[in-house]
Amino acid sequence: MTKGRVSTERGIADLADEYDVIVVGAGPAGLSAATTLAGTNARTLLVDENRTPGGQIYRAITLAQPVDRQRLGEDYWRGRSIAEDFLRSEAEYAPATTAWSIQPLQGDAGQTIGHEVGLSSNGVARLIQARQVVLATGALERPFPIPGWTLPGVMTAGAAQIALKTSGLVPSGKVVIAGTGPLLYLLAAQLIEAGATVSAVLDTTPRENWLRAFRHARGFLVSPYLAKGLKLLQTVQRRTRVIRWVSALAAEGEGGLKEVVWGAGGREHRMAADLLLLHQGVVPNVNFSNSAGCAHEWDEAQLTFRPQVDEWSASSVAGLALAGDGTGIGGAEAAAIQGRIAGLGCASRLGLVAPAERDRLAVPLRTSLARAMRGRRFLDELYRPAKAFRVPQDPDTIVCRCEEISAGQIRASVSAGAGGPNQMKVFLRCGMGPCQGRLCGLTVTELIADERSKHPSEIGYYRLRFPIKPLRLHELAALPQTETAKVAVLADLADTHHPADLNERKPQ
Amino acid sequence: MFRRLSDRASGEITFTFDGRPITASAGDSVAAALLAAGVRACRTTPVSGAPRGPYCMMGVCFECLVRIDGMDNRQGCLVTVQEGMRVESQRGSRTLTPEPAQ
Amino acid sequence: MTHHQSDQEPDVAIVGGGLMGACVAWGLARQGLRVCVLDEGDVALRASRANFALIWVQGKGIGFPAYAAWTKASAEAWPRLAAELRSETGINVGLDQPGGFTLCLSDRELQANVDMMARLHNQPGTVTYPYEILDHAQTKARMPATGPDVSGSIYCPLDGHVNSLRLFRALHAALKAHSVDYRADHAVTAIEPRAGGFALTGAWGEMRAAKVVLAAGLGNARLAPMVGLEAPMKPSRGQIIVTEKAAPFLRYPVVTVRQTDEGGVMIGDSEEADGSSLRVDHSISSVMADRAIRMFPLLGDLNVVRTWTAFRVMTPDGSPVYEQSETCPGAFVAMAHSGVTLAPQHAFSLADYIATGTIPKEVAVFSTRRFRVPASV
Repeated sequence: MTKGRVSTERGIADLADEYDVIVVGAGPAGLSAATTLAGTNARTLLVDENRTPGGQIYRAITLAQPVDRQRLGEDYWRGRSIAEDFLRSEAEYAPATTAWSIQPLQGDAGQTIGHEVGLSSNGVARLIQARQVVLATGALERPFPIPGWTLPGVMTAGAAQIALKTSGLVPSGKVVIAGTGPLLYLLAAQLIEAGATVSAVLDTTPRENWLRAFRHARGFLVSPYLAKGLKLLQTVQRRTRVIRWVSALAAEGEGGLKEVVWGAGGREHRMAADLLLLHQGVVPNVNFSNSAGCAHEWDEAQLTFRPQVDEWSASSVAGLALAGDGTGIGGAEAAAIQGRIAGLGCASRLGLVAPAERDRLAVPLRTSLARAMRGRRFLDELYRPAKAFRVPQDPDTIVCRCEEISAGQIRASVSAGAGGPNQMKVFLRCGMGPCQGRLCGLTVTELIADERSKHPSEIGYYRLRFPIKPLRLHELAALPQTETAKVAVLADLADTHHPADLNERKPQ
Repeated sequence: MFRRLSDRASGEITFTFDGRPITASAGDSVAAALLAAGVRACRTTPVSGAPRGPYCMMGVCFECLVRIDGMDNRQGCLVTVQEGMRVESQRGSRTLTPEPAQ
Repeated sequence: MTHHQSDQEPDVAIVGGGLMGACVAWGLARQGLRVCVLDEGDVALRASRANFALIWVQGKGIGFPAYAAWTKASAEAWPRLAAELRSETGINVGLDQPGGFTLCLSDRELQANVDMMARLHNQPGTVTYPYEILDHAQTKARMPATGPDVSGSIYCPLDGHVNSLRLFRALHAALKAHSVDYRADHAVTAIEPRAGGFALTGAWGEMRAAKVVLAAGLGNARLAPMVGLEAPMKPSRGQIIVTEKAAPFLRYPVVTVRQTDEGGVMIGDSEEADGSSLRVDHSISSVMADRAIRMFPLLGDLNVVRTWTAFRVMTPDGSPVYEQSETCPGAFVAMAHSGVTLAPQHAFSLADYIATGTIPKEVAVFSTRRFRVPASV
């Protein structure tokens, strides 16, 4: 095994059976955590779904050319040193590998002594043990349930950005970008810089957000966001049509997107489009932390559930730390710092760094983190998506894309007795498709809350199950099998000489 | 709906989508290669048969499911396209072949 | 949330809104009784949410012929239940009773099952029903996807399955149609006998009802002694694997593998004597996956989308318990791990007994008294 890279032919077969630490996710938080931990001589494995490090924000950064620096900007380019630091470290790296479960390992006294992480790569699954685990699973784009959002030709803005970063693809034809959030104008600017012709940017930021945000303007005024934001706005406004105060939005077409329809100023407007890119901010990707049993709480500023972590990024589950945007949206710079803090916390729990040394090393990191978080509150308030775009009013709007469940069905099921997201799964199968609620979970919670006139924190979220990403049945079948497990499934009759007493087992 | 920047084209790779030859760039994901070739819809849903295409490009939405070299329901955005790869639209639910595909 | 809020005291309060509680509530409401269902919240130990959805007759009732008869009659009543739910709610619960298989992966496993069926049918006074013992070739002829490791099978034409999620939804829709007062987030902490009925209390307040039915699954153990009843259970944990949807490939339900009408394949079920942890055991998943693939090799490439564990509502002998309190008449306990198979019995028969206040002799054998006398086989 060479450091920083796993042989692609053997894949995860080459990995050791146990590590001091497994880090999941190779975005800024995961890379920084792994680099920090490797620097303390912790035997570290970084697992990531993509083929190259960087996560989504620094996607394909190690493949980027100087021309991409101009196109994608200095903030993107900054990821290069984070990725290079990691690749130079002693940490092992398993790219193109999915982590699909995590479960605590118990010592003799029932105490947690580590975790067993389920990995899958290239059709092979393994269970690998670690004394500490850091989940840095990042963020995903907030669901944007509008009429027609399932039509081919409607994508997320982040998707277009990934196509640009990984394959140099630029939208062509009639392109409309719609939504709100700091990344909306960044993406518009990047696409325009790359030569895309954007027909219009439909800004759904509600007018009243400016008033709410103004109360938090001080932090923003001294943050780097201000200068960056103004520059982006200028670029976009100069090169395309920006339509503000958009209060309704729909994609229309038969079999694919033909037109974008929006409401603004009390009137309906429409525009032909080949591609509609949607974005209304990002939210923590909680599927892993949720299924691991970590405690979560509702974040009213960011309108999402997020896992609770302490000052060292440790979750409520012993031996399991969470870092980066997966714990609440702070952006790439903050995520990298959080990753380092989480790494120090883990190293200290492993006994590799003395508490006093850990605290000393963390002082400058905490200062940087506070600086990186400046202005966040302003952004949260300004780009808080309008309720109309989070809680669909049109009953026909699809909420669960996998099972094709509409807002109207969900509202009707609330009055039929499904008072929470888990009962809703039973009633409608929503959230039970392959995306496992990633694209409907928040919408379902907020819809139920709306229907019951309750707060989302009282409604809760889906209880998610392993595997958090699908794996093939034969991969599961090839995992180690204990004798106890065989007895539990009556396989002892087929596979051993032990004459089990079938009569004591009543079939279901 | 997408075009490739001239400075980003690398070694050419040819694969087929529903039998049609498509030229991609080395390192493309299957989903990116399809978008570059103007393919918007790559599957129909198991529930209503509605057409769908790539949505998130980061492995979370499961909209870009395609059949790759005979294996159904693969996430096109997480598979790197290979020379000669046979990619097909995923029509509804996956089908199980009578013999194991090993 | 609430179907029908009423300040009026209900005739019957049912503790538990799972399949048992919903079936009994529906049955009582159809007779014109005012029924209130007190249920827990969104996150609760819900065996009804985790079941395997079989309507299963074969193999049940060893040492307890009455259970075999009760089960067989229930399977026979299922078409009526499905039809009535459909006419009341428009929901098709996907009832399918083509017969079911027990597949065996060794001659010894097959022989053990053959012996068990023989013992079951040789019990004095038991109901009998048709079943067939099939070898590999005969099994494969009926289920072409059968793999070479299958030694043989037992086929019983009475067996079947249903879409249990739609069953659950249909029952709730039917409750609503009958103005049953369904209250979620109403966990019951105490029940007290009062003059002319019972007082039920929880964090939500207090409610009085003339009768009370304990259909709270595992929660019955805590509640039953409050009204002079018992709810003996043994720990039983089961695990299930669910795959992505696939085009139909399996005509029949197998006791451990079934394809739902929506296309997903469910693989189960394990049984462990563990009532403490709901953690999924990957080792058990592995054995279950391995066996499923040996039964049907084409399953190997299917994507697994979920695994879960749940506690069964398992009495010491695995048969249901139905009983009215002797010291507090009007209080009933009802529990069974076969909530799907027995749904018609619970909706039609048990609800009648509760309404009239009398459990007939042939059903009174399901009382907990059987655990206090030496079993006669």
